[in-house]
Amino acid sequence: MSDVAKLLVGSAVERMEDARFLSGSGNFADDLAVEGMLHAAILRSPIAHARIVAIDASAALAMPGIHAVITARDISDTIPIIPLRLAPLPEFEPFRQPVIASDKVRYVGEPIAVVIADSRALAEDALERIGIEFEALSAVTERGASETPLFDFAEDNVALRYDAGFGDADAAFASADYVRTERFSVQRHTALPMETRGLLAEWNSSAGRLVVTGATKVTFYNRRALAQMLGLREDDIDLIEIDVGGGFGVRGEFYPEDFLIPFAARKVARPVKWIEDRREHLMAINHSRDIACELSLACRSDGMMLGLRGQVFADMGAYIRTNGGVVPAKAAQFLPGPYRIPHVSVSVEAFMTSKTPVGTYRGPGRFEANFFRERLIDMAATDLGIDIAEFRRKNLITEQELPYPIDGLVPYEGPTSYDTGDYVEVFERALKEIGWHEKRHLQGKLVDGVRHGIGLGCFVESGGAGPKENAALTLEKDGSLTVAVGSSVLGQGLETVLGQIASDTLSIPFDRIRVLHGSTTLLDEGFGTYHSRAVVMGGSAVLDAAIRLREKILQQASNHLGRPNSELKIINANVVADNGASVSFAALAAGCELQADGTFSNEVRTYSYGTHAAHVTVDPRTGAVKVLDYIAVEDVGRAINPAIVHGQAIGAIVQGLGGVFLDHLIYDDQGQLLNASLADYLVPTASDFPVLRAVTLELRPSPSNPLGAKGAGEGGIVAVAAATANAVAAALAPLNVEIHHLPLTPPRLWRLIKNAHARAITAA
Amino acid sequence: MKLPPLDYICPATLPEAIAALAVHGGNAKVIAGGQSLMPMLAFRLAAPSVLVDIGRLPDLKSISISAEGIDIGALVTWRDIERDAQLAQAHPLLAAAIAHVAHYQVRNRGTVGGSMAHADPAAEMPGIAVTCDAMLTIVGSTGTRILSANEFLTGGLSTVLGADEILTSIRLPLWKKARRWAFEELARRRGDFALAGVAAFYDIDAQGLAHNAHIGVIGVADRPMRLPGVEAILDGRRIDADVILQAAAVARDAVDPADDIHAEAAYRRDLLGVLLERALARAANITLPEAA
Ligand SMILES: Cc1cc2nc3c(=O)[nH]c(=O)nc-3n(C[C@H](O)[C@H](O)[C@H](O)COP(=O)(O)OP(=O)(O)OC[C@H]3O[C@@H](n4cnc5c(N)ncnc54)[C@H](O)[C@@H]3O)c2cc1C
Repeated sequence: MSDVAKLLVGSAVERMEDARFLSGSGNFADDLAVEGMLHAAILRSPIAHARIVAIDASAALAMPGIHAVITARDISDTIPIIPLRLAPLPEFEPFRQPVIASDKVRYVGEPIAVVIADSRALAEDALERIGIEFEALSAVTERGASETPLFDFAEDNVALRYDAGFGDADAAFASADYVRTERFSVQRHTALPMETRGLLAEWNSSAGRLVVTGATKVTFYNRRALAQMLGLREDDIDLIEIDVGGGFGVRGEFYPEDFLIPFAARKVARPVKWIEDRREHLMAINHSRDIACELSLACRSDGMMLGLRGQVFADMGAYIRTNGGVVPAKAAQFLPGPYRIPHVSVSVEAFMTSKTPVGTYRGPGRFEANFFRERLIDMAATDLGIDIAEFRRKNLITEQELPYPIDGLVPYEGPTSYDTGDYVEVFERALKEIGWHEKRHLQGKLVDGVRHGIGLGCFVESGGAGPKENAALTLEKDGSLTVAVGSSVLGQGLETVLGQIASDTLSIPFDRIRVLHGSTTLLDEGFGTYHSRAVVMGGSAVLDAAIRLREKILQQASNHLGRPNSELKIINANVVADNGASVSFAALAAGCELQADGTFSNEVRTYSYGTHAAHVTVDPRTGAVKVLDYIAVEDVGRAINPAIVHGQAIGAIVQGLGGVFLDHLIYDDQGQLLNASLADYLVPTASDFPVLRAVTLELRPSPSNPLGAKGAGEGGIVAVAAATANAVAAALAPLNVEIHHLPLTPPRLWRLIKNAHARAITAA
Repeated sequence: MKLPPLDYICPATLPEAIAALAVHGGNAKVIAGGQSLMPMLAFRLAAPSVLVDIGRLPDLKSISISAEGIDIGALVTWRDIERDAQLAQAHPLLAAAIAHVAHYQVRNRGTVGGSMAHADPAAEMPGIAVTCDAMLTIVGSTGTRILSANEFLTGGLSTVLGADEILTSIRLPLWKKARRWAFEELARRRGDFALAGVAAFYDIDAQGLAHNAHIGVIGVADRPMRLPGVEAILDGRRIDADVILQAAAVARDAVDPADDIHAEAAYRRDLLGVLLERALARAANITLPEAA
């Protein structure tokens, strides 16, 4: 690194994007307006499962201000199919989603037609005039609830089944002193970024080029998919990333609209904008979680875990979208967690229903898996008469055992190992923070009408997916630096973090750095933001480019000053020679082009890890829960910007608590989504969970990348259900209530308490 | 979620507003704070051809406390009530209940008249109006009528309001100083509509016995209602733990809530009992023996 007074990496630099956001000068999709722009609205299926007999758009087309009504028939004989970006298992291929429904609809919200009009309001008026004749078919809303196959080619509604694992679980269970089996589930919910999706597509017919603004997450992948569907060359399409108000996994995947809006723009030869409204967001964007699990744990009587057997059942909704089977596969993979369990056997069943398709949401599969396992651990510890903290301490993988292989849990992935860490130390830190020793006597106690409970949840969390990321750095003529990166920015502060890395390496003041990101115009190829990879991969690519650019700058300065490189130092955007002569970056850049490309390739994943602890009270008469204290402790290897990591952790905890108590996409048995508005789909607001704490540690850097960073965006959510549900269960243990299913609503807890009471009376 | 096509007028006087409503018959709709109506328009659950904005009408924004009672204009917002220290003194039950209504943004715009006219079964204002024997002033083409809250509300989201009528104000009878009272509700998040709620008050005579008990509930039926059976238990009694438990048991039996996506009926029924116990204990300033 260069000679600078103070390195920015590792310090809580104020986010460079904040001034823009706080002053209202962000540039989001709905801020876009171009000459001649038209607006799209999408007719979505009002029924869950039906044959489309006829579509009559004539009345809509006749309305003033309506430019087009596009249905499957206008697209082509073969409707483009959305590809599998991740976990591309061949079993899923036939279940992929067409970009528009042609003969059948399979979920409420599936696109049937697109209206293009002078305004969004007119477009919505026209939606009401499109006549569709449906032949209703019976909806499938549960696993095995109906023998009616949703797809004609299939015998049933199971898309995929597989077994995975390591060791010999059957033998372990046969020889165990103690075995317990329980069924758990996490309800369907979604990420709910505050900004809904939005796109502006502009087709230039003379140049044969398409520009789509509002893309994010995996723009290069999406461009490839779109080019294929539209029969264009990739080079003829630019996907532009602007400000994005949250992604959390759901935003930026390739959705039907990512084809339909560009297609419409080309068809009407006018720019077309589409802003998803909240109602359609709730029925159209990926849903997630919705995993049920039967989990068995085998232990010795002293609490040593011997084996784990799990069956994971995933409601995938009506189609398999870009994320393939990631959600169930990760729910299975993370069942063992940070524990030494020598024998693991998991099976996965992904089944189709008449609901919105499922995709990844922050901590996909982990939120669920940690909840299942940590609940079962509390039950086992209690059965065996072992303190819940002691039980975990005994089974956590020790530092001496790392790297710890967890091969064979995911059929489409190669070998992988937990990398570095001190799981026990982080666990003890969480106990200390929550005041475990002082407060454990409160477990289940009734104080002033409410019962107290303290719960723990341990996790490991993978991040930093490969294969690579690219960056390009340019020293501008004015001496400022432009950083272009293939990673996407979705509001998480990546501009700042990348700026910090570049600033340290090149000794350029932070405020002279501009970060460009995501757009396909910036680089030949980029890989995007998911799996907590943007800092690990994009940050390392920026570091690589910065080191290369530094060499070029020094070389150029050496020519300029006539001194050898060895006598040169970079100080605050100047190159200074030992003899006192100096030249500014601006002067060097004026003389020649100073540009460097960087790349980082890596298939080794990072494993951050940590422990969450929650202290709650439950009002046993109403089922209302209060979170009195919450602590998340995580080792992220290296925190480039501790303030940003902290914000990520706190935000993730709130989002996770939403998943525990509030967020729930409720369907009836006809496949109708009953709460497609924020009046009924409840999310935590800023004031709902005021007492949350997070401690970020940098105990063991990642060996996989030069920054030593591990994923840091998801560890805050993955153990929230685990710790919180354990706390609620501990509070209600004296009432013989066990927690198996989320969300923990007051009516559900009340019902559990009543049922336990009734059982006790019957037994007596 | 854009509004259907409609016209908008913003009359300057009450007669003009009523005339506009009369001209359009059932196709016009009054808009006040818009916090309930705008979502219904955006979801296209309502499709009037004209909106008559009463926001500029004079005299509907005042709160006045006189010997006759407490008059609250239809355009008074939740925030106005929250800010009015005198009103909090004059009618503490109202202030306590209104503290539970909605979230900041909604509180700045939502109005007393809009809430009464919208008639959500879990809304606080209609609950207080029913509990406290409020009288409502309604002005229409054919004149003015004054109705009790009970007569005004006819069911879930329905009232006696005619197409050309505007609710102009609501009068709460004066509050007695030494009155015992409490308001209790449970909502999923602060500001959400209540899963159930209880407004309770009674007066104490020289012997320390309760009389004039008024117990109103929200969220457990298609409209707010009083529970006369519960009131009968309280009247003439010294309010102690026994009486409270009896009252709660009667309350549970007196309501017949429906299942919905937020709660099963049995939960609401039981919750109501718990809330009533807590409200009465607080009003009487006693501590109930802890259950479970
Ligand atoms: C997110 C959210 C949460 C909420 N939570 C709560 C809550 O917890 N408790 C609660 O009580 N309310 C709640 N509300 C509703 C809120 O209080 C509304 O403001 C209120 O119910 C309606 O008042 P308004 O002035 O906005 O009426 P508008 O929306 O303007 O009108 C509502 C209806 O009343 C009619 N109307 C309005 N004024 C008059 C009048 N003077 N004469 C005749 N008809 C009239 C309109 O034609 C319309 O049919 C919530 C609303 C939202 C959006």
